[in-house]
Amino acid sequence: MDRYAVRRFKNRLFTFLGAACVIIAVIPLGSILLDVVVKGAPALSWKFLTSSSLPSPTSPGGIGPAIQGTLIMVGLTSLIGIPIGVMSGIYLAEYGDNRYASAMRFFSDVLTEFPTIIAGITVYLIFVLVFGYSPLAGALALSFILIPIVSRTTEESIKLVPNSIREGSSALGIRKWRATVSIVLRAARSGLITGSLLAVARVAGETAPLLFTAFGNTYYLHGLNGPTGSLTMYIFTDWKQPYSGYQQAAWGAALVLILIVLAINVAVRLASRERRMGRR
Amino acid sequence: MRLSRFPTSDYAFKLVAAALAASALVILLLMGYTLLSSSIPVLKRFGLYFFTGTKWNSAAGKEIYGALPYMLGTLVTSAIALIIGVPISLGIAIFLSEMSPRGIRIPVSNLVELLAAVPSVIYGLWGFFVFRFFIADYIETPLSTYFGWIPIFSGPPIGVDVLTAGCILAIMIIPTVSSVSREVISAVPNSVREGAYSIGATRWEVTRNWVLGYARSGLFGAVILGLGRAVGETIAVSMVIGNTIGPSALPTSLLKPGQTMSSLILNLFFEATPGTQEFSAILGVGLFLMVLAFSINIIARLMVTRVLKVKGGAIE
Repeated sequence: MDRYAVRRFKNRLFTFLGAACVIIAVIPLGSILLDVVVKGAPALSWKFLTSSSLPSPTSPGGIGPAIQGTLIMVGLTSLIGIPIGVMSGIYLAEYGDNRYASAMRFFSDVLTEFPTIIAGITVYLIFVLVFGYSPLAGALALSFILIPIVSRTTEESIKLVPNSIREGSSALGIRKWRATVSIVLRAARSGLITGSLLAVARVAGETAPLLFTAFGNTYYLHGLNGPTGSLTMYIFTDWKQPYSGYQQAAWGAALVLILIVLAINVAVRLASRERRMGRR
Repeated sequence: MRLSRFPTSDYAFKLVAAALAASALVILLLMGYTLLSSSIPVLKRFGLYFFTGTKWNSAAGKEIYGALPYMLGTLVTSAIALIIGVPISLGIAIFLSEMSPRGIRIPVSNLVELLAAVPSVIYGLWGFFVFRFFIADYIETPLSTYFGWIPIFSGPPIGVDVLTAGCILAIMIIPTVSSVSREVISAVPNSVREGAYSIGATRWEVTRNWVLGYARSGLFGAVILGLGRAVGETIAVSMVIGNTIGPSALPTSLLKPGQTMSSLILNLFFEATPGTQEFSAILGVGLFLMVLAFSINIIARLMVTRVLKVKGGAIE
């Protein structure tokens, strides 16, 4: 009986330690969110969000160009990366029962966790040295990060589509590619959208690859060439200035960035939870 | 007549999809080729010194480039990240997949995974303005007061150093390591648990003696994946590590500023002119970082997929 008490105590102890680990991990999250809101909120104003004025030692300027740059580059990245990633995912899911596909799947996985700074350097060497800094170069570097993520999430969500749908469409005499594009993809739509949104949220928070390719800019962009700003680069250039205006601007930009990124993440997670509940 | 055209469009579609499926490989080859070709000059000129030397001087005539301090910097910060981050991540994974009440599992794991959504520049900002003071006041001050005579704890407790960088990395790898570990643990067939419960084991004993043993190689893979993330992280590290160059960047003490490979690239890239020796040396560091990340990720993936494959096998 005594031994049993010891074993039960051990069980309780490790349950408690596990819960403690969760709390230790959640504290930084809470602290980050709290600090970003508390230090960033005073900077927020309509002028801060839209103007392109530089910060001064006493007041945060405006992050309009940074927001514009982030939107343009994330948009371009989606235009380049999502179609390629989705096609790649279609191949892996629909035709992927061979050695070639498993090798490609493997390389996708490897690239997903690759240091993002290397994507920036590579695009600098093959693109920026020739054409100069531009939002397109930034988008190219971000696509290197986006494509493998979209490819794997597309594959996973297409694999969830029941085979009866494919069988039904080939019984109707629909060509396989047509059935894949208009029927299977449609059935996998929600997984595709959430996967792409999460990938977009991830690249919207990238800094290192953009510094090498878009360089940063504090003025509004006209057209699609020349150095381009982004929220992340804006934070990275302003934080080290010893003046409160610059630091406030950095925290304000951080608040806007984290609101965008977390909004996407939370919305996607809530939506996929509702779907899971709905299916039951 | 018309029927014969059907397979053609199917074939074309399949071909295009197959070609685009290779995009990850193409990107990796592109990275490897550009980095290798642009770092050859420095590798040729300095040879082994590039890997074993500590001096870094770009003054004309006195040029010399050794990358050892930054390699060690990456190694030490990543090691700190693993030492702190892995036990916490495994605790979370075990708690959420084996010990906790079922109802809280999904919401809590979503919360932990939100840590992965925070952009690294925000980790850096928070690390420099908030977390640094916590580390300096509550961890480094006692360390340097009581253990300052030990070389690895010498130096001023100001919080812009190797230890803070390692701690930030620890927080950043937690979501990766814990979610992959959770996946690996839940791939352990239930028959293993049922067998253990049937001989009267407690939850913890089942986890400790059966489940973890079964998932061991996958958990190791999860840890290596975390290592990969720590090795490649740039922005947050460069904001808290102090960015020193040359022999003083050798990570001799946890409480001294240092430099990692990725933060070195970020700091020096824009000071060097393309085509110079220094530029080539910076890309040489990039090449080494890439080779390191590549090997780490391959090892990790092989270990994780081996365990996850069991799930699709006959046991379940």
